[in-house]
Amino acid sequence: MSYTGQFRVWRGDADGGALADFRVEVNEGEVVLDVLHRLQATQAPDLAVRWNCKAGKCGSCSAEINGKPRLLCMTRMSVFEHDEVVTVTPMRTFPVIRDLVTDVSYNYTKAREIPSFTPPAGLAPGEYRMGQADVGRSQEFRKCIECFLCQDTCHVVRDHEENKESFAGPRFLMRIAELEMHPLDVADRVSAAQDEHGLGRCNITKCCTDVCPEGIKITDNALIPMKERVADRRYDPLVWLGRTISRRRD
Amino acid sequence: MTDTERHEYDVLVIGAGGAGLRAAIEAAEHGLRTAIVCKSLFGKAHTVMAEGGCAAAMGNVNENDSWQVHFRDTMRGGKFLNNWRMAELHAKEAPDRVWELETYGALFDRTKDGRISQRHFGGHSYARLAHVGDRTGLELIRTLQQRIVALQQEDYAETGDYEARLRVFAECTVTELLTEGGAIAGALGYWRESGRLLVFSAPAVVLATGGIGKSFQVTSNSWEYTGDGHALALRAGAELIDMEFVQFHPTGMVWPPSVKGILVTEGVRGDGGVLKNADGKRFMFDYVPAVFKGQYAESEEEADRWYADQENNRRTPDLLPRDEVARAINTEVKEGRGSPHGGVYLDIASRMKPEEIKRRLPSMYHQFKELADVDITAEPMEVGPTCHYVMGGIHVDPDTGQSRVPGLFAAGECAGGMHGSNRLGGNSLSDLLVFGRRAGLGAADYVAGLGRRPVVRDAEIDAAAEMTLAPFAPTAPGVASENPYTLHAELQRMMNDLVGIIRTEAEMAAALDRLGELRERLHDVVVEGHRQYNPGWHLALDLRNMLMVSEAVAASALMRTESRGGHTREDHPGLDPQWRHRVLRSRCPRGPGDDAVVPRVVVEPAERVPMREDLLALFDVAELEKYYTTPELAGHPAGHSAGSPQGGTA
Ligand SMILES: Cc1cc2nc3c(=O)[nH]c(=O)nc-3n(C[C@H](O)[C@H](O)[C@H](O)COP(=O)(O)OP(=O)(O)OC[C@H]3O[C@@H](n4cnc5c(N)ncnc54)[C@H](O)[C@@H]3O)c2cc1C
Ligand code: SF4
Ligand code: SF4
Ligand code: FES
Repeated sequence: MSYTGQFRVWRGDADGGALADFRVEVNEGEVVLDVLHRLQATQAPDLAVRWNCKAGKCGSCSAEINGKPRLLCMTRMSVFEHDEVVTVTPMRTFPVIRDLVTDVSYNYTKAREIPSFTPPAGLAPGEYRMGQADVGRSQEFRKCIECFLCQDTCHVVRDHEENKESFAGPRFLMRIAELEMHPLDVADRVSAAQDEHGLGRCNITKCCTDVCPEGIKITDNALIPMKERVADRRYDPLVWLGRTISRRRD
Repeated sequence: MTDTERHEYDVLVIGAGGAGLRAAIEAAEHGLRTAIVCKSLFGKAHTVMAEGGCAAAMGNVNENDSWQVHFRDTMRGGKFLNNWRMAELHAKEAPDRVWELETYGALFDRTKDGRISQRHFGGHSYARLAHVGDRTGLELIRTLQQRIVALQQEDYAETGDYEARLRVFAECTVTELLTEGGAIAGALGYWRESGRLLVFSAPAVVLATGGIGKSFQVTSNSWEYTGDGHALALRAGAELIDMEFVQFHPTGMVWPPSVKGILVTEGVRGDGGVLKNADGKRFMFDYVPAVFKGQYAESEEEADRWYADQENNRRTPDLLPRDEVARAINTEVKEGRGSPHGGVYLDIASRMKPEEIKRRLPSMYHQFKELADVDITAEPMEVGPTCHYVMGGIHVDPDTGQSRVPGLFAAGECAGGMHGSNRLGGNSLSDLLVFGRRAGLGAADYVAGLGRRPVVRDAEIDAAAEMTLAPFAPTAPGVASENPYTLHAELQRMMNDLVGIIRTEAEMAAALDRLGELRERLHDVVVEGHRQYNPGWHLALDLRNMLMVSEAVAASALMRTESRGGHTREDHPGLDPQWRHRVLRSRCPRGPGDDAVVPRVVVEPAERVPMREDLLALFDVAELEKYYTTPELAGHPAGHSAGSPQGGTA
């Protein structure tokens, strides 16, 4: 049941690198991360791989396998033919630190720019009442394990370093949607989603949804409804009037 | 060491799981400059893996619940050697800590009237676990992470700098605590990314480093669980307690081999799943131990009725505390009634509609589908025990979390006492919140009351730095070098085989011998490559800690000649009341000639503090007599046994 698999793994650092070929034992039931661990233990002790839970729960082990953004710990070897070369490269959208490990600090920067949950004044802890149906929408988005694979795949920033400044990426546009759909949140992030976080740049290609290991419908359930909220506000003359008046009062 | 990066903080929190983040929030809210250091990225700590829920007697589902009932359940689960003050604080404060999470933005599953829903779990008398499907840990850690971000945003609004008061040092590992005159002065660590060293000066350190499972081969724990906090505390002069108590969760995956040990949440049983052996028999009815007789259903019919009507039926023995279930599975497999891959069956498919299973247990469905090609809505799972949690840990003051080293605090899984000999499911997440907050508060008070701050001395920095870089040094001529991966694999196999669920004197003695050999060989470990993100080097350093902690476990397990909770001695199978009031303490005496890399650990027995009388009075004497010696019960208000009221006070 064991066989010798062929692996090509990108090795290098910020200054450059190349694919390295390995022949390595593969056993029944293993995932790609198991094989990389075997490489570390037997052939490449300093091979850098980021991982933590090895159970698809922490979102640490993101990389690209045969060019597709995936979790290393949730990609089973059984999806490949025995003679197929399995190529593992780091996520392309983020700067390489070493081998398969990238600098994902962009994501933490974006997370900080989104105004946090804002509870209604005067509601004491323990008094929160919300229906299951009303929390369900945001709960879907809170399944996110922050693997950043959607960020990696979105064409707005993939190969477009220059857009990073003005684009929060699907994960954090979804965070805005999550807060906006929170039954008790009182802050307003709708205009900022468009003006500061780059919602307008998303042209709903759904590539982010396709790679999400949690199966979150990022585009349909978060991004499109947010776009609708922006549109409602922009084109609803009453809303426009109301906003203009309140601005004059400030 | 002039080229090392230096940082100064009031409080240094080591660990960014539930305990560390909650401690940091508390310290920061008290106006202290606080740093959080963690080995993984921010938001990835082990807490993220917790599935089933967070125990708190909110009484949302069953209003009969109260802190007293939760306290009693916790003490029973731990077989009465929990630190009762911790169990009391935990039971009283857990509801507030859970409600507080909602003010940070958490979204728990709801009851029909819009409150936080609660689910059943082993050993808990009522539905008590706040949860979000089976991803409660993710909700907890994300909520705390987002609270930290909110605090940073407040600082940004005020100062223009997000990190003015609260900074996260992610992918940064602490290798040594620094002290002056026995008090905490700071810590030394390295950036995983660059391999560069950094030194923190801080008068207070909160250890929140989690558990030790990576010393065992079959474990539900992640790579972070190398017992760093336990070992750092020992080397800094603190004591560990209860290290013989290691929880083997009854239901880990057993197949395929590469996923062996990954957890199957107890929520499967809480929601109606049952254990069966190869003959299709629900074997747990045969394993209700004497101390729990009468508290669990005696027929399948009663057990099944209980899910719908808890007032008039007793719960299924599938939900006995974890130590009981793990031992039962072990016996079934040993006696030849196991499943093909050496486990038993956990069946939910025949008990619930597929859509319902997917809704309640989405990540279990996903996990088995993806990793084992098993559809849990159609077929049973194969499960077996896996090393899951360490009850033992740093000995701390219950109210403040301070260890015996001034300025050194601990909370969460790396702290000891709260769970006694066996932790109830769901009691860890609540423990993190309750004692994380208390440790943060304890550290804040300590720093406020400090006259002069201990100073980090250069000589100590140099020594710690040298130790951290030692694995790069070549071995002496003629000495073959060792590979850290090989050493780690040998340690794991040995701990699994000799210090696992069932133990004997001979095995513990053998384990200690083997640890001695591994200690010697660790000196000859040489790592290849450079310091930048080098996993071989990281493992070599982690091994120091794993060896120390494993010695504490094996030596404690050798000394405790009884069976209780997470410690089962085949040669001493019964509970011994004389052992209930004794605690085993581990420390590093650091004598002359001691090994500097892996200092020796000694274990000594001491007496436990007797339970406060009003708490003791919450139990029926007849129950206490199963655990306590007669003289110890002289103070019980009901006096001595015979005819005391059933159930005690609610
Ligand atoms: C699969 C699984 C499911 C579980 N489910 C539940 C459940 O449903 N309910 C429940 O109550 N409990 C559950 N538990 C137990 C619970 O999750 C853990 O006990 C708890 O999360 C531990 O939290 P902590 O804050 O103590 O540490 P962790 O969350 O483990 O965090 C430890 C932190 O310390 C850091 N660290 C460690 N060493 C160093 C070092 N040397 N330098 C710097 N940083 C360091 C790590 O990087 C990490 O950030 C589960 C455990 C597992 C394994
Ligand atoms: S749907 Fe929008 S956010 Fe998602 S990948 Fe396409 S452009 Fe990017
Ligand atoms: S939304 Fe999905 S793909 Fe994106 S970070 Fe979260 S889990 Fe990963
Ligand atoms: S290691 Fe956690 S998701 Fe892969």
